[in-house]
Amino acid sequence: MNYLLTEEQEMIRDLCRQIAEEKIKPVAAEYDEKNEFPWEIVKIMAESDIFGVYIPEEYGGMGGGVLEMAIATENLSWGCGGIALAFAATGLGTYPILLYANDQQKAKYLPDIAAGKTLAAFCITEAEAGSDAGGIKTTAKKDGDHYILNGTKQWITNGGEAEIYTVIAMTDKTKGPRGASAFIVEKNTPGVSFGKKEDKLGIRGSATREVIFTDCKIPKENLLGKEGLGFIVAMKTFDHSRPGVAAQAVGIAQRALDEAVKYAHERRQFGNTISSFQGIQWMLADMATQVEASRALIYAAARMVDSGAKNIAKISAMSKMFASDVAMKVTTDAVQIFGGYGYMKEYPVEKLMRDAKITQIYEGTNQIQRSVIASALIKEGLAK
Amino acid sequence: MKILVLIKQVPDTTDVKIDPVTNTLKREGVAAVINPFDMYAIEEALRVKERIGRDAEVVAISMGPPQAKEALKEAISMGCDSAILLSDRKFAGSDTWATSYTLSQAVKKIGDYKVIFCGKQASDGDTAQVGPGVSMHLDIPQVTYVKKIEKIDGEKATLERMTEEGYDIIETPLPAVFTVVKEINEPRLPSLKGKMKAKKAEIPVWSAEDIGCEEDKIGLDGSPTRVVKVFTPAPREGGQIIAGEADEIAVKLAVVLKDIVLGG
Amino acid sequence: MPQKEMIRIVMDKCTGCTLCVKACPFGAITIEAKKAVIDISRCTLCGACVEVCKFKAIELDKKEAKTSVDFSLYKDVWVFAEQKKGKVQSVAYELLGKGRELADKLGVDLCAVLLGDKVEAECAELVARGADKVYMVDNPKLKAYLDDPYTKVLTRLVGKYKPEIVLCGATVIGRSLISRVAVTINAGLTADCTGLDIDEKEKILLQTRPAFGGNIMATIITPNHRPQMSTVRHKVMKELSPDTSRKGEIIKEEFSPETFESRTVLKDIVEEIEETVNLAEADIIVSGGRGVGAPENFSMIKELALSLNAALGASRASVDAGWIPYSHQVGQTGKTVCPKLYIACGISGQIQHLIGMQSSDVIIAINKDPDAPIFKVATYGIVGDIFKIVPALTKEFKKILK
Repeated sequence: MNYLLTEEQEMIRDLCRQIAEEKIKPVAAEYDEKNEFPWEIVKIMAESDIFGVYIPEEYGGMGGGVLEMAIATENLSWGCGGIALAFAATGLGTYPILLYANDQQKAKYLPDIAAGKTLAAFCITEAEAGSDAGGIKTTAKKDGDHYILNGTKQWITNGGEAEIYTVIAMTDKTKGPRGASAFIVEKNTPGVSFGKKEDKLGIRGSATREVIFTDCKIPKENLLGKEGLGFIVAMKTFDHSRPGVAAQAVGIAQRALDEAVKYAHERRQFGNTISSFQGIQWMLADMATQVEASRALIYAAARMVDSGAKNIAKISAMSKMFASDVAMKVTTDAVQIFGGYGYMKEYPVEKLMRDAKITQIYEGTNQIQRSVIASALIKEGLAK
Repeated sequence: MKILVLIKQVPDTTDVKIDPVTNTLKREGVAAVINPFDMYAIEEALRVKERIGRDAEVVAISMGPPQAKEALKEAISMGCDSAILLSDRKFAGSDTWATSYTLSQAVKKIGDYKVIFCGKQASDGDTAQVGPGVSMHLDIPQVTYVKKIEKIDGEKATLERMTEEGYDIIETPLPAVFTVVKEINEPRLPSLKGKMKAKKAEIPVWSAEDIGCEEDKIGLDGSPTRVVKVFTPAPREGGQIIAGEADEIAVKLAVVLKDIVLGG
Repeated sequence: MPQKEMIRIVMDKCTGCTLCVKACPFGAITIEAKKAVIDISRCTLCGACVEVCKFKAIELDKKEAKTSVDFSLYKDVWVFAEQKKGKVQSVAYELLGKGRELADKLGVDLCAVLLGDKVEAECAELVARGADKVYMVDNPKLKAYLDDPYTKVLTRLVGKYKPEIVLCGATVIGRSLISRVAVTINAGLTADCTGLDIDEKEKILLQTRPAFGGNIMATIITPNHRPQMSTVRHKVMKELSPDTSRKGEIIKEEFSPETFESRTVLKDIVEEIEETVNLAEADIIVSGGRGVGAPENFSMIKELALSLNAALGASRASVDAGWIPYSHQVGQTGKTVCPKLYIACGISGQIQHLIGMQSSDVIIAINKDPDAPIFKVATYGIVGDIFKIVPALTKEFKKILK
């Protein structure tokens, strides 16, 4: 199908798909079982320049936008949604820098990220502050030429593997929503430590850990933007990264659909392939339509973000919510089509179902997404 | 220092299927790819460049129809610095003698090369003759079936040549031709920057005249071998299907195969 | 004045039926505006399209593929007797077997060419296997194969004695050596021949080999160049049993020292031990394919092989999946085997695999897909689950072999 991609976007799509088929797919089940971080795939992606897809050329990237990042994520996720996170979560951790860093900060950090030499991670969630991000308790206290960070971030993707952490911490509790700021923290800074690697239901090819700051002293130059911008940095970051989560979801969904179609041709019951039964056919038709609809919405959202439009929160949230709900449904249906075999780990679809679930939860639960959409709708309604 | 890689664009034989009605090859829509063995040659050339550093340059060369430019672009997207296509209607019908002569003429024109890499053989012709042919036309040493380059500098190289029993260690002066086997490396994927470079790359096309080919040495005239007949082989007769439960089948087969199995 | 192409489509006869498109092994024909169009740059003038066209819409000026030069000076069939560590390799005996047939048809001598160091003792066996003459060049510098001296020696021998046919094994050594000689003397070389015969009328060598993965066979000749050279893979031809009553002449040749100079230096020979029975020599081979499913399941195949004292083979799918090393691969890009019994488990029988094993005496195929191509070549086919059948077979064979 022609999605009206440019030649460069097609190049990204084809190369990421090639990496997914030739390099990721053969090892995905093993990384999933062993709960291991896929450094060998990170190396391959780095050598193919994938990490620089959304980073400006002056820092060694390709100068693409959210659409390019989404295309890359989608196709890598086709191979494995977990392994693709080494790339996608780095994107999430890098967007604060792309959007709010000054030239010195960009020049310092972006080239190595673009080259795939360093990974990044975004730290906002805490034990008591998930959907209620405003309830974070990590503090950053100004101390001469430094800030001292104290607190624990939870469930950080790429935690412990990344070199660069963009962290949202409270600089002034009295100012409420204006009291948080965003910082860049390097892994080897004294006072940075990590919790155990979490044992997850899905996306086990990615690493999730607590990131703990204990009197962690960082130079004041590592502040992103100004004090008080913390939650705005976070919101704007999510507006850019949500199409990426959606892309991960649609990549997983597409893979589930492909496996289901293939299996339906192979499996024979009652003297026929199950693909000849209307019940299965209708399931596949619904799955395929939902996947296309997700993709169309994601590409529209990404294009809108890249156009520089101001009010991108709504469509960004829509794409993430829709694609992740679709992914959950499509992967569950795929398991159903595989029947008993679908429930067995030998067959690839149960992993897809486990991987899909997280896309409905992280980077803002789908309930939060609905709130974001509703609030945008109401605001637009009032403005008329 | 120039490192040359000779590549060939071939049909993707994993795609080639037999038409059950006419019993001939189904050729429509068969993708053309770089000869799989040549991928290892390109990869090794790139690794040698990385080992030597500084002013090493990898040039990919192919003899073929205009479509072969796609294969050369893929070579550039993997990291080759440049590419040259040898294309001319006069090359049509070349067998390996004429092909190795033509490639050698191009190599002579490029000059200043230290190593010429080739894949072990092409997946369509399978003759494995072009590499050695080129070394003879250029009168330079060759090492075939290379599975590892232990040492290499601007003057000589020490290599492992795969044999049926293991390998030989061979030392050769440069320039030389190396044909490589699959065991030598794992070819890299293209990079985005490489693909961009390939997109913009200007690939010169050299004709028979450009490389000073003598007419009677190229194309059909230059080919000592001639295909006189093409036919589909008599299919081997299928035998009988044995049915039943696993145990029954095993017993039936054991009876039938007894003589062979007991060494009769 | 535009040159008339040697092959052309007769437009008013062509119906665009696409039979020629499908028949062309080189992809040189496409259909444009319902008429066939030949891409001259891809066309090798092989004539496959001419044969299939029902409407006689393709005209081919066959260049006179008859011998037009006098080659009466060239006589005899030669076989390069490859030796390693002083022992002649069995592929040379197979070639002598075929060479004897060719020489008899032509009414000429069959000669073996033996290069090595202290290899005179091997000459007797070469004669017993069919050679009328053995040209031997014995020199310490020829102990192990090196490109330069072997190429020079063989080239000079060919130049001196002018054989009309030279056969050589398609081995690492054979392929390296014979291509160099062929280019030097501007001879035609056809690699990996599966069939060799003599055209009785023209007295020339007909070389048959597979093209495009073996689905198409091509017959090739070298009309205007001598000698006609071919390489043949191990186990394709059949050797003659040794006949010690045969008599043959041994001709020792000497060359000047510069002939034996080599630019490359052989520093060491390293042997790697294979843990299972040598695939190429095995009488029984059990192979596993994609249907085996996972590396741990290969042990089931291995057990069957062990119960039969057989060698373990594999299709490319299982090698590529990393379940078994490449040294076990049977097929176009692996080994060609010709055992008495070949058992294919979970192998679909793609043409690339069939090429490597279809000349086995008896083929057993086990596959759950009744349409798998392997059943077309299997002597006995079993449509079923390898995970049930293979263990049952293992049990049964263990019983009878007790």
